[in-house]
Amino acid sequence: MPVSSTEAHDSADAPPFTELAVVGAGPAGLAAAVTAADGGLQVILLDAADAPGGQYYRAPAPGLGATRPEALHHGWARFAGLRDRLDRHRGVGRIRHLAGHQVWAVERTGADWTLHAVTGPDGGGSAALRARRLLIATGSHERQLPFPGWTLPGVVGAAGAQAMLKSGLVLPGRRIVVAGSGPLLQAVAVSLARAGAQVPVLVEAGGYGAYGRAPLVLAADPGRLREAARHGAALVRNRVRVLTHHAVTAVHGTDRVEGVTVSRLDREWRPLPGTGRRIDCDTLAVGHGLVPLLDLAVGLGCATRCGADGVAALVLDEDLRTTVPRVWAAGETGGIGGVQLALTEGELAALTVIDEARGGARGRGARRVIALRRARRRMRAFAELMGAAHRPGPGWIEWAAEDTEVCRCEEVTAGAIRTAVDELGAGDSRTVKLLTRAGMGWCQGRVCGFAVRELAGCAAEAGAPDRRPLACPVPLSTLARAVRHEDG
Amino acid sequence: MIRIRRRTAARTPAGVAGAEPGPGFEITFDGSPVHALPGQSVAAVLWAASVLSWRTTRVNGEPRGAFCGIGSCFDCLVTVNGLPGRRACLLPARPGDVVTTQEGDGHAGLLH
Ligand SMILES: Cc1cc2nc3c(=O)[nH]c(=O)nc-3n(C[C@H](O)[C@H](O)[C@H](O)COP(=O)(O)OP(=O)(O)OC[C@H]3O[C@@H](n4cnc5c(N)ncnc54)[C@H](O)[C@@H]3O)c2cc1C
Ligand code: FES
Repeated sequence: MPVSSTEAHDSADAPPFTELAVVGAGPAGLAAAVTAADGGLQVILLDAADAPGGQYYRAPAPGLGATRPEALHHGWARFAGLRDRLDRHRGVGRIRHLAGHQVWAVERTGADWTLHAVTGPDGGGSAALRARRLLIATGSHERQLPFPGWTLPGVVGAAGAQAMLKSGLVLPGRRIVVAGSGPLLQAVAVSLARAGAQVPVLVEAGGYGAYGRAPLVLAADPGRLREAARHGAALVRNRVRVLTHHAVTAVHGTDRVEGVTVSRLDREWRPLPGTGRRIDCDTLAVGHGLVPLLDLAVGLGCATRCGADGVAALVLDEDLRTTVPRVWAAGETGGIGGVQLALTEGELAALTVIDEARGGARGRGARRVIALRRARRRMRAFAELMGAAHRPGPGWIEWAAEDTEVCRCEEVTAGAIRTAVDELGAGDSRTVKLLTRAGMGWCQGRVCGFAVRELAGCAAEAGAPDRRPLACPVPLSTLARAVRHEDG
Repeated sequence: MIRIRRRTAARTPAGVAGAEPGPGFEITFDGSPVHALPGQSVAAVLWAASVLSWRTTRVNGEPRGAFCGIGSCFDCLVTVNGLPGRRACLLPARPGDVVTTQEGDGHAGLLH
């Protein structure tokens, strides 16, 4: 039964109720929803996208008639299995999957949570529902660092290029330099090359050496080693050269990308003078890792921690509880760690939700819980190592020239931010924001937040979560309706 | 399952995914026809036509297009069928859509 906006709001009745609401139908949320339903819970699964899968299992739109969607992914069979289980549970009404529902706020209503969502491609519709328990699996978005020319058309997010390739079967150009930091770049370079792009070079600002210095952590996660070997072989096969300890420090072109300058970095990520080399290309796909999407959780008061990658992630116990009772989280919201970790955490979180809902008795799932916890610890240790290996070194701020735009929405330059700090005495990024408007535009600092904080030199704020009262833009009419609903 | 490697097929995204799309259709971008495949977002249609920018910024009038690809950066805002501020990366293209470059916040042309 679909929960339509009209159903939820036009009747004076309370919104529909469920035992567990899962926000996000990526690997973590999907695994959680089907596991909870297997355990007999009534589940509502909400996702902003039209199809389940999240960022990793993002599939071509049905109209594109992909007969081999698995060719764009690794581990598609695992996803197909989850999707089948989802379909079965939907069939018997145990899971309601609300696709195209973007949750913009969650509030406490008595012993329950009330979720508010916007619906439809225009965000013009709305829906509300109540849940006894909440599981947040909203994933992440890409982290970006500014450098001269990064606003030129033809510069695209590396994960963004991957997302557009998987869903729309398109490439942003023909000759694509992939740059930034983090293991995702390898996956992106391989995908783009396999889809027909020429990828002359993958430019990694960090290095892979740190992995070798932690052999025990590496050995504990053989899956990751296999993945790295697979990517390495595919890069060689597709003639992608890999340059570590290098970064793109300038983009050339007037209307669109014509080439980039790649410079060698010192250990702190400072470009070494005289090492710049020009590489011709028509596209730059760039990204510096991922940032957990925490708006809903932070809004509820869930505590966060700073990961080794320098960004905020939720504080979770070994059963994936946040610090707020009856709120769980899984996947990238608890720290960036990849698809296997997301699947493991989704299942583990759901098993503990079931136990709690059933009065604390750990039933037949006890052994599974122990195995999942162990797997999770292993993968989390690896994720920390990965985060540390690719965490931007302090010298990156030298990539940004005075006139380099940092905030793309409000067109605020690095110079303006430095002036706010050095001359106007801004001591934290909130003041920088008020003085310069950096982070006040459409995206609410999602793209520039990390860079602004680092440029402002507010060490104390490192890894503090952004605060946004609404997780996405909400039409005023929808807000007004939600308020009326509460009053009534 | 036997995997047949079709080396002859050109390496394209559609080729890799074995796409057999339904009938295509046309939209227009700044008055010129652009071919679209069913299910593609407006941004994907424009990328496929080698169009990378479809708005100019409010302050400096700089060209911009899709950046994050997942709806979080708002760089891909565009005017579709007269409505400004639509996120091209999220909006499915529909037959006959009239897509025009959005200047600034896109509201200048709507004042008269
Ligand atoms: C653009 C992008 C591309 C990526 N590509 C790859 C790749 O090719 N290979 C790889 O190994 N890793 C990739 N990753 C990393 C990958 O996302 C993770 O490893 C994995 O998908 C994490 O699973 P998750 O379930 O935690 O989150 P996700 O897969 O991100 O799923 C989160 C889901 O939550 C939904 N959501 C978010 N906020 C809301 C809200 N407020 N209301 C409703 N729904 C919401 C989203 O629509 C999404 O479906 C990518 C990440 C990004 C951001
Ligand atoms: S490309 Fe970022 S919102 Fe569309």
